[in-house]
Amino acid sequence: MSNITNKSLTEIVDLIKKKEIKSEEVTNAYINNVKKGKKLNSFITESFDNALTKSKNFDAKPNYEVLLPGVPLAVKDLFCTNGVRTTAGSKMLENFIPTYESTITSNLWSEGAFLLGKLNCDEYAMGSSNETSFFGNVINPVKENTVPGGSSGGSASALAADLTPATIGTDTGGSIRQPASFTGTIGLKPTYGLCSRWGIVAFASSLDQAGPMTKTVSDCALMLEAMSGFDSKDSTSIDRKKENYSKKLTHNIKGLKIGIPKEYRVDGMPNEIEKLWEKGKKILKEEGAEIIDISLPHTEYALPTYYIVAPAEASSNLARYDGVKYGFRSHNGSNLVEMYENTRSEGFGDEVKRRILIGTYVLSSGYYDAYYIKAQKVRQLIKSDFDNAFTKVDAILTPSTPSSAFKIGEKKDDPISMYLNDIFTVPTNLAGLPAISIPIGHDKNNLPLGLQLIGKPLGEQTLLNLAFSMESKSNFKQNIIKWWEK
Amino acid sequence: MSIDKDKIKHTAKLARISLDENKIESLSKDLSNIFNFIEKLSKINTDKVKPLTSILDHSLRTREDKVTDGGIRDKILENSPNKNEEFFIVPKVIE
Amino acid sequence: MSEDKSKYLIEGSQGKWEVVIGLEVHAQVSSRSKLFSGSSTTFGAQPNTQVSLVDCAFPGMLPVINKYCVEQAVKTGLGINAQINSYSVFDRKNYFYADLPQGYQISQFKNPIVGEGEITLDLKTGSKKIGIERLHLEQDAGKSIHDLDPSNTFVDLNRSGIALMEIVSKPDLRSPDEVNAYVKKLRSIMRYLGTCDGNMQEGSLRADVNVSVRKDGDSKLGTRCEIKNVNSIKFMQMAIEYEAKRQVELLETGKSIVQETRLFDTKINETRSMRSKEDAHDYRYFPDPDLLPLNLDKGLIEKIKKNLPELPDQKKDRFIKDYSLSPYEANVLVSEKEVAAFFEEVIKTADKKLSTNWIIGDLFASLNEKNISILESPIKAKEMASLINSISSGLISGRAAKEVFEVMKDTGGDPVKIIEIKGLKQKSDPKELEALIDKILEENKDKVSQYKSGKDKLFGFFVGQAMKVSGGTANPQLVNNILKNKLK
Repeated sequence: MSNITNKSLTEIVDLIKKKEIKSEEVTNAYINNVKKGKKLNSFITESFDNALTKSKNFDAKPNYEVLLPGVPLAVKDLFCTNGVRTTAGSKMLENFIPTYESTITSNLWSEGAFLLGKLNCDEYAMGSSNETSFFGNVINPVKENTVPGGSSGGSASALAADLTPATIGTDTGGSIRQPASFTGTIGLKPTYGLCSRWGIVAFASSLDQAGPMTKTVSDCALMLEAMSGFDSKDSTSIDRKKENYSKKLTHNIKGLKIGIPKEYRVDGMPNEIEKLWEKGKKILKEEGAEIIDISLPHTEYALPTYYIVAPAEASSNLARYDGVKYGFRSHNGSNLVEMYENTRSEGFGDEVKRRILIGTYVLSSGYYDAYYIKAQKVRQLIKSDFDNAFTKVDAILTPSTPSSAFKIGEKKDDPISMYLNDIFTVPTNLAGLPAISIPIGHDKNNLPLGLQLIGKPLGEQTLLNLAFSMESKSNFKQNIIKWWEK
Repeated sequence: MSIDKDKIKHTAKLARISLDENKIESLSKDLSNIFNFIEKLSKINTDKVKPLTSILDHSLRTREDKVTDGGIRDKILENSPNKNEEFFIVPKVIE
Repeated sequence: MSEDKSKYLIEGSQGKWEVVIGLEVHAQVSSRSKLFSGSSTTFGAQPNTQVSLVDCAFPGMLPVINKYCVEQAVKTGLGINAQINSYSVFDRKNYFYADLPQGYQISQFKNPIVGEGEITLDLKTGSKKIGIERLHLEQDAGKSIHDLDPSNTFVDLNRSGIALMEIVSKPDLRSPDEVNAYVKKLRSIMRYLGTCDGNMQEGSLRADVNVSVRKDGDSKLGTRCEIKNVNSIKFMQMAIEYEAKRQVELLETGKSIVQETRLFDTKINETRSMRSKEDAHDYRYFPDPDLLPLNLDKGLIEKIKKNLPELPDQKKDRFIKDYSLSPYEANVLVSEKEVAAFFEEVIKTADKKLSTNWIIGDLFASLNEKNISILESPIKAKEMASLINSISSGLISGRAAKEVFEVMKDTGGDPVKIIEIKGLKQKSDPKELEALIDKILEENKDKVSQYKSGKDKLFGFFVGQAMKVSGGTANPQLVNNILKNKLK
């Protein structure tokens, strides 16, 4: 079958279940694309042998009673995969081979899928352009020399370039949604606690969430269904029955109330983004939803809050990388302290070191109350803003990013400018809410732009339905020419 | 808010990261900019607000007191840069 | 104001100094698995065989708390008459060390599970209440072994993650004696409750000792030094003595005390500064985001309270009241739950006074000599009772009983059988004894005349002879009476 890799995950699963195509054929098609896609630098580790073996095993004894039968999937290199190198985009874990499997990937493999490879990302998930990875920059397939977004840049790039039928990323401040917006794909960050964090290299524990990145909303619902669920090994995991998101997916959004927060209209926002927002409102209105103006008064404080809380937690989570038990160890250092200092100085990149220093500083004696406690108080205010809003509306519509994908190197020397990429996505991480980014249009340079829908806690079905409806009416067409294959 | 070099050196010490002298200058600039950005929070009055303790509303879950783990020494030591059959090995600590 | 002559004071060159001591006791919870992981906690396992991925802090690992450990902390809190906090938080204490795989220890800082409490010490000078500041749960660290290699340290993470209860006293202790009583009492309470086995040799119980000095009569606290990880009461006492004297010497020569962490070097019996801890420690405590606040159900606390066993103080009061024991005797008998149980088993059938004396005296001496606990005693409670009853019933004399005990202390056994085998039955037949005594008087006519003419001391001679002839089995009471009659 030609152009298998153009199809959506849902279509591929359907074809496999109908026995119109074999898993081995699907797997080979993607392997070929990956081999041709080296310029994108979206893969850190390829698992072709493993994938082919698994695909053949599936074909020999197929099980169609699962959600992802015989599907090869590449995943962000933040998920620990048993026996397969897991680097977190860092020199520190360049040769780390976990002896365990993350709960999320275990869930996917239980549903019939298998590993195709590990995808590039910003180092330790810290970045918004996939320019901080030890393994080099990832290119946005939409346009050469353009960033794919970050930190799940490799995931978004591979997905948009048809190197994997679907994938998963992690989102701490927007790391799924922002790259989705930059690459014209769909990315969902679930409610905090819906997906297990066990076995995912931790960045900021109270903000990290794994989520699906897909080409269509149907695919997104399917992936979310496969990966989510209670995990007793994660104390922050929510104990509730799994939901059948794909079966309950519907275009019917009549009567749903959609909030438009005025504070998301920021100074200097490009006109195109404003127009996109209007397009989104129009679609929803036409489909029977009600548009309501709301206020989220503490929005402007979200980014500064995030840049206290996230680095603080990261500084502590990354303390375990000391060269003793696993990972990189420096040869320099005649005693333990020197070994630590050199290992961490040589093993971590600049952005990671910057954030560890910020985090260490804001937690340190004399500054804890002024920074960390203050940030946690503001975080409470931000959460209350949303709690309030959700008494009036069912979901909130905002732009996903303040701009389309920028050029590689354009913002690298200006950390603040880089941080501003997350201005629309960060508040939802602080409040633990679910949010999805869907591509709605292109800017004048033909770069994709996405809109974000934010939902109530555990309101993923509503978000998916709204996204499903918008997807069908937006007429968004991904128009990527595979320049990297030339 | 300026983060001076001494503060950076002290913080780096706490974080066990060694810094190149020539990098401290640019770090100081970067961090000062970031902290200026963060300072925005001081504008807001939070006197009557309680700090967020958890986004989740469930209580801390407990587990039964059973031995369900351990006994995997090979796996534990496998990835260590320096070890023998029984121990992790690190440069000497001066006590 | 009368001078308290029993007060412990350091005699400096410029006057008397009082020692102020606070203890931070670390007690390992008696759980089967660790505080936040399912690895085993048994002592003495091969290195790194009781370590899970969580204990070793691999990427992506997360903590899940052990219910039993929470309950033991509550139990212990109730045992020290403390406030139980139904809301508590786990914080990360951030620092770097080879045996701390996470780069932080999960502990409790601002909101511990147990608040203020107190325990009562029984000292020679009377009873004294010692205040307790708080009790919290935290992870134990692994072990760094420095002496297996000249340039390397070996790390064993078996102990990493075991649940510790840290019990912080108020600075109410004033002498090595009080410290001894405090640790013993705390240990006893926890052993009664079963929350910690208190085995100091295995490291289940250790303490950081905070010592400062001040001029006798002063109310302001001096600068204190912390002596870390002392693992025996004897060392605690020695460390306190040394440290107090060191501080007095410094102050009397005009120098000031540097607040620092020190180690007690058991080879030279001195405290010294810990070089690795010289840098100011900034632990950057913050609530652990992988855990949620702990909310204790009031019902759970009530249930634990209801099911508390009788505690040492209660048992002591009961023993004094019900068994007419002296406070000293009661104290000794309740120090270990097993000893108290042994005693109560014995006195079910045997005389209380005799039992008390035999247990506290002969039995304890024998156990101490063999360095074993009462649980390992070759003499079981029923056998002890039987031996004592043999004395009460007149079957054997007290002296014969000691002979029987000498056998039982090594091999146990039924005392009645031993009495038979050794022919130690007391002779109490008046006719038999009369005949025996008549014979002695016959053979010692000269001494009889001497006695009758005033040499009273010879009475003992006749008693001695009666004992000798009877092989020690003559009933001393009867011998006395018969002799008195016959020598009238």
